[in-house]
Amino acid sequence: MDAREMTMVEAVTLALRRAMLDDPSVVLLGEDIGTNGGVFRATEGLKAEFGYKRVMDTPLAESMIAGMSVGMATQGMRPVAEIQFMGFIFAAMEQIVCHAARMRNRTRGRLHCPLVIRAPFGGGIGAPEHHSESTEALFAHIPGLRVVMPSSPVRAYGLLLSAIRDPDPVLFLEPKRIYRIVRQRVTDHGKGLPLDTCFTLRQGDDITLVSWGAAMHETLQAATLLQQRGVSVEVIDVATISPLDMNTILSSVMRTGRCVIVQEAARSGGIASEISARLSEEAMTYLRAPVQRVTGFDTPMPYPRHEHFYLPTVNDIVNACDKILEAL
Amino acid sequence: MCQVTQRNTPYCFLDAQGQNLVPLPADISLDWLRAAYRHMVLIRALDKKVVALQRTGQMRTYPSCLGQEAVGVGIGLALQENDIFVPYYRDQATLYLRGVTLTQIMQVWGGDERGHLFSGHAQRDLPLCIPIATQMTHAAGVAVALKSRAEPHAALVTCGDGATSKGDFSEALNLAGLWQLPLVSVINNNQWAISVPLTMQTAAATLAQKAVAAGMEGVRVDGNDVVAVYHAVDLALKKARSGKGPTLIEAVSYRLTDHTTADDATRYRDLKQVNDAWEREPIKRLQTWLHEQDAWDPAQETGLLEEVRAQVDAAVAAYLALPPQAPDEFLQYMFASMTTPLSAQQQYQHTRFAVDGSKTQPQGAQ
Repeated sequence: MDAREMTMVEAVTLALRRAMLDDPSVVLLGEDIGTNGGVFRATEGLKAEFGYKRVMDTPLAESMIAGMSVGMATQGMRPVAEIQFMGFIFAAMEQIVCHAARMRNRTRGRLHCPLVIRAPFGGGIGAPEHHSESTEALFAHIPGLRVVMPSSPVRAYGLLLSAIRDPDPVLFLEPKRIYRIVRQRVTDHGKGLPLDTCFTLRQGDDITLVSWGAAMHETLQAATLLQQRGVSVEVIDVATISPLDMNTILSSVMRTGRCVIVQEAARSGGIASEISARLSEEAMTYLRAPVQRVTGFDTPMPYPRHEHFYLPTVNDIVNACDKILEAL
Repeated sequence: MCQVTQRNTPYCFLDAQGQNLVPLPADISLDWLRAAYRHMVLIRALDKKVVALQRTGQMRTYPSCLGQEAVGVGIGLALQENDIFVPYYRDQATLYLRGVTLTQIMQVWGGDERGHLFSGHAQRDLPLCIPIATQMTHAAGVAVALKSRAEPHAALVTCGDGATSKGDFSEALNLAGLWQLPLVSVINNNQWAISVPLTMQTAAATLAQKAVAAGMEGVRVDGNDVVAVYHAVDLALKKARSGKGPTLIEAVSYRLTDHTTADDATRYRDLKQVNDAWEREPIKRLQTWLHEQDAWDPAQETGLLEEVRAQVDAAVAAYLALPPQAPDEFLQYMFASMTTPLSAQQQYQHTRFAVDGSKTQPQGAQ
């Protein structure tokens, strides 16, 4: 089977197509996903291939999209819904939080919700207000929901396949800033990558960098700069922020003694805070320096002219590392 | 396709005085009427008992369905085994007719999720839905599933009058009309959303007319007439099952008691209105009609009351004898398999409670 070089959004399309070929109960639904192929073209060509009954252009109603996905999922279908931008997911939040995430528990396993809600998230593409949100922590706080985000074409393909095949609801957040800036060879082998598991992208002994989503891109660049200076850097892509694979992070930090967590989301009450809290609870005696967080600000993403004031940079990450590497 | 048969006067066969206004539908026999009567009497007995259990601390907050028995029984008798029922939270009668046991109904309101392990024909039905109108879009999704698999069955969803103000109500109806889904939506218009009367909920003359904007048929029936409810729902279900699209039904009833056991309706409504509504309630009119047809007599009535009392008492005994859940059971149904964080929390829970579950309070709690 041939590998083909592709962008992350193309890998998303490839995984959707593979899932639909493998399982007739998989259907796609959302706004503009049919003839238009989605505003980011993530469903390009799929309506032509599978027909309108499996690639459903819905009316413009996010709560309905999530609610009908719940209903479909309880009857044995595997809906993969697209919310066009994460900034518009809030209308669907009641359905996700109160129903999708609870149906199995509420019915003690009689019904369950094997559904995926895909949403592009994050800033940096110069879009209008409400098109740049990184509110993954809101959903990671919700029991019963998996929150998964890829940071490369290979992981987009493998994680999305696993999300669709998972018997429980998954919020699959796609970092749209890196939809097209990273290319990778992807093989359409139909194999999923494990959920609930961090991916250690680089191994090192001096410091652990932890990130997810689009910020992985800057985190890897920072790691390269540090490595060029002779620092041995371990890099972890969390990938599934809920449930969180703390064991991988803990065992890394217990070895390196230093940790910098990078998130694009607002600073307070986020996943970086959660990881930092867990490190202080469970790895305090291994830490050689305080855990550092490099984050966005406690504001909405600025309008596009000023997004660069907000977004964490490679330099911010290197500086945070330098601060705790002084004793090296 | 978009024909609207709503009318301001809800249609009915048996009026408030138990008089037969128009000939009964051909499929309505005296046996059918006696069975419907029996179901309504049973549900009223259950309702009364559950409220009494709540007042004595043996039941949690409970929404009575007093006065709305005809809505639930009419729906329940029209549904077929393979239809899918998507309830709201005041559907005791329909759930019972789906095969959910009285004990399971009490178990849910008694604070135990296991009551949702529905038996009978309800095994694919959705559980009770408490967030208002959210079940409407679930039902649309159920109907999409039925339609895409070309199953000759229908989804039926219920809601109250307050739900018609919410987005999910309109969003679901819009989709059902657009995609011609096999969906029947029944509004139990009991006139009150807790303390807010329908006059403060909408300027629409009827709720059935909300079907117009969705491009579907809207029907307004007397929700106190079990024959009318059954007839309207049966026609709508047959239409849906045969691929002829959705229907919105407004069943006009009245909430004869508080919203729930945690509510006190005397704070916001006149007793006179309630007393007037008692004149239109569903059980008395059917009893009157059956008497006048010589199809029911006082001895049968006495026998029935004895029978339903025994049935309810047996269900209560089973409810009160239910064993508690293990202290870690609530952790076990979040995902198909235990996640690592939940496993750790389960271990922690085992340290808080005796592992064998013999303790029902955390250690050290008074």
